[in-house]
Amino acid sequence: MLEELYKEMAQSIIDGDSDISAELAQKAVELKMHPLDAITNGFVVGVTYIGDQFGKGEAFLPELVMAGEAMKAAIAVLEPELLKLGESREMLGRVVLATVEGDIHEIGKTLVGTMLSASGFEVIDLGVDQPADKIIGKALEVNANLIGMSALLTTTMVRQREVIEELDKEGLRPRIKVMVGGAPITKDWVDKIKADGYSEDAIGAVKVAKQLVGKE
Amino acid sequence: MSKNIKTISNPKIKLEVLTQDDVKKIHEATLQIIEKVGVRFPSKRALEIWAANGADVDYEKKIVRVKPQIIEDAIKKAPPAYKLAARDPQQDLQLDGNHVNLGTDGCGVEILDINTGEKRTSCLQDVRDIARVADATEEVAFHWVSLSAQDTPVESRGLHELKAVWENSTKHVQTESVYNVEEAKAAIEMAAILAGGKGNIRERPMLSLMQCTAPPLGHDGGSLDAALLAAEVGIPTGFMTMAACATTGPITLAGDLAVGNAEVIAGTALLQLAFPGAPVFYAAAQTASDLRNGSYTGGGPEDFLFGAATNILADFYNIPLSMGAFATGAKEPNWQAGLEGGLSSFMASVVMSDMLLGCGFLHGSRIWSFAEMMMDCEIFSIVHKMMQGIVVNEETLAMDAIAAVGPGGHYLGQKHTRKHMRELFMPQFMDRRPYSEWETKKDDARDWALAKARKTLKEHQPDPLDAKISAEFEKIIKSVEKK
Ligand code: B12
Repeated sequence: MLEELYKEMAQSIIDGDSDISAELAQKAVELKMHPLDAITNGFVVGVTYIGDQFGKGEAFLPELVMAGEAMKAAIAVLEPELLKLGESREMLGRVVLATVEGDIHEIGKTLVGTMLSASGFEVIDLGVDQPADKIIGKALEVNANLIGMSALLTTTMVRQREVIEELDKEGLRPRIKVMVGGAPITKDWVDKIKADGYSEDAIGAVKVAKQLVGKE
Repeated sequence: MSKNIKTISNPKIKLEVLTQDDVKKIHEATLQIIEKVGVRFPSKRALEIWAANGADVDYEKKIVRVKPQIIEDAIKKAPPAYKLAARDPQQDLQLDGNHVNLGTDGCGVEILDINTGEKRTSCLQDVRDIARVADATEEVAFHWVSLSAQDTPVESRGLHELKAVWENSTKHVQTESVYNVEEAKAAIEMAAILAGGKGNIRERPMLSLMQCTAPPLGHDGGSLDAALLAAEVGIPTGFMTMAACATTGPITLAGDLAVGNAEVIAGTALLQLAFPGAPVFYAAAQTASDLRNGSYTGGGPEDFLFGAATNILADFYNIPLSMGAFATGAKEPNWQAGLEGGLSSFMASVVMSDMLLGCGFLHGSRIWSFAEMMMDCEIFSIVHKMMQGIVVNEETLAMDAIAAVGPGGHYLGQKHTRKHMRELFMPQFMDRRPYSEWETKKDDARDWALAKARKTLKEHQPDPLDAKISAEFEKIIKSVEKK
């Protein structure tokens, strides 16, 4: 019976069905199941499966994104229960993600966010066109250990440097690590602005993030 | 044909990827999207224009919903044909539905160095060099500012780039790198100097402006304000949609066309409401997203179909089109680059897209390659040749020659052959040599194309821009930098 329920939970994630995953999470609450059991033995199994399939090139981005949404829906139900028990999920790290000021390119940043959450990071995605003070302010507010900045224009990549300089001025690094990415970003640029890491794609971004939080 | 420019005209090949009924359905879907879902216009000026013209404006979300009639009436005010002026009037280009004009690609960030072949960050000198080589080729009819001059200040970069192209070529210049008010104002001043006064820009626009929409169903504030300034003085202005299946657009091609069309048509209507009769164009580079990594494919069958479909839409609205072609994800000039360049340019040309962008790039419009540019030009020449079709008449049926040769023999000695032989296409970069010759040299199209670019760069001297004008440009640029 329990095994059946775990399987259904995993399947709801694989199917990317947020209604069913939320329903199953609710059922777990009603059955007085420990929220972490439902997450670890049920929902996460689905996320891991989709992640593996994606890695093998057999699952596609929309499946990954929808699995992430379904996971979020389940967590939204289970998290309050977890807090009641005075516990929390163990995350790899907390990332504040944004496309820098003056830049509206969104897709790459969003994909990086999707992959990071699928890999166990807590991601706060601020969206596009975000000024330095907003990014830094949010990172402080949520006590993030990572800032991720996307810039796709040669005229906006300088904003990445501004954020790093500001963090240094406030003595916030190395407590907060910074990773960057986007079309014009090269290794040279990353060295020049003294960012902690960069990647050319979302899968690489996860690797870098894990290294930066010491979880690799 | 204008001086030193090869354009496709009087096409003999036709292709109908969308029927009139399909177009009607896409149009109706478009109007419904604009009326019911709305389009985002994050510019105070734009929102005020919409409000003054009876649109439903949500100032907080910056979303505009507009009745079909308002859109349809506005679009009708756009001129169906006009010309892009060049520094050399003999190189003016007609946007009249009967000319396909090739442009370079634009706004890249890296280059394969013409001497070392190494990939590096783009700089101002690259912009000059590319302009000069493009000036010499007959395939390139106009420039898109090719690369980002990353050794110039951020706030005036787009202006340094424009000056560099005008100083190195007499052909028309289109930019995608001016997307805020300050730079747009300065660029207009530059265009005014070239035209001999602001009032003459409309008659002789040596600059045109391309702005991206922000799919799905949005625009960028800076781009909108820049477009409004340009349209006001008669600089040809276009909105380009890049709605990509699966990410910024629906997964299905028809849905993606409808979303992109709604963005472009709403943006174009805005310009017409503000400045009725302003020269505008439709621009598109729609494509699919890669399902494994989300990248903008800029190639593949979906891309090619979009290339052929979009001019049918632009024709329906009776405005010129600038169509993205030649985009490729290839990392070097190779099989993929040739395939994608060939099919995308053919599909967009066969429907007579007025402007065909853009030769020269690799890696999804990011890396410039001179070899790629030259080979793309040859692809354009092949398409140009194909579009002339097969002429059937007494002379081309060659009955006299056929009778003279009879069964057996050959046509090499016929006057008819000699008379028409230069009509056959003569490739510059195709390998038709004996195997052994290739075996000893092991060279190919890429080497020859690069050699040609190097030679051109060394030898070609474009008509210089008046030094006084250059100095004035410099002053304008400096004034932006001081601010
Ligand atoms: C699609 C696109 C757009 C769309 C974006 C739609 C959207 N909702 O996001 C639209 C149409 C809006 C657009 C607009 C413009 N664009 Co644009 N755009 C592109 C294009 C073709 C693809 C970008 C993309 O989505 N790729 C797919 C994603 C998955 O890849 P990605 O963004 O690179 O992200 C990956 C990696 O870079 C990395 N990554 C990204 N961010 C981060 C962050 C971190 C922390 C890490 C670790 C990794 C990482 O991982 C991601 C996932 O794999 C690029 C060319 C290109 N091939 O990059 C041009 C490009 C970036 N655009 C360009 C330009 C010029 C513009 C405009 C200025 C044009 C204009 N005048 O209107 C405007 C920008 C206005 C503004 N103020 O921002 C130029 C910029 C170069 C330059 N010279 O500065 C490019 C290179 C194309 C070109 N040659 O013209 N664009």
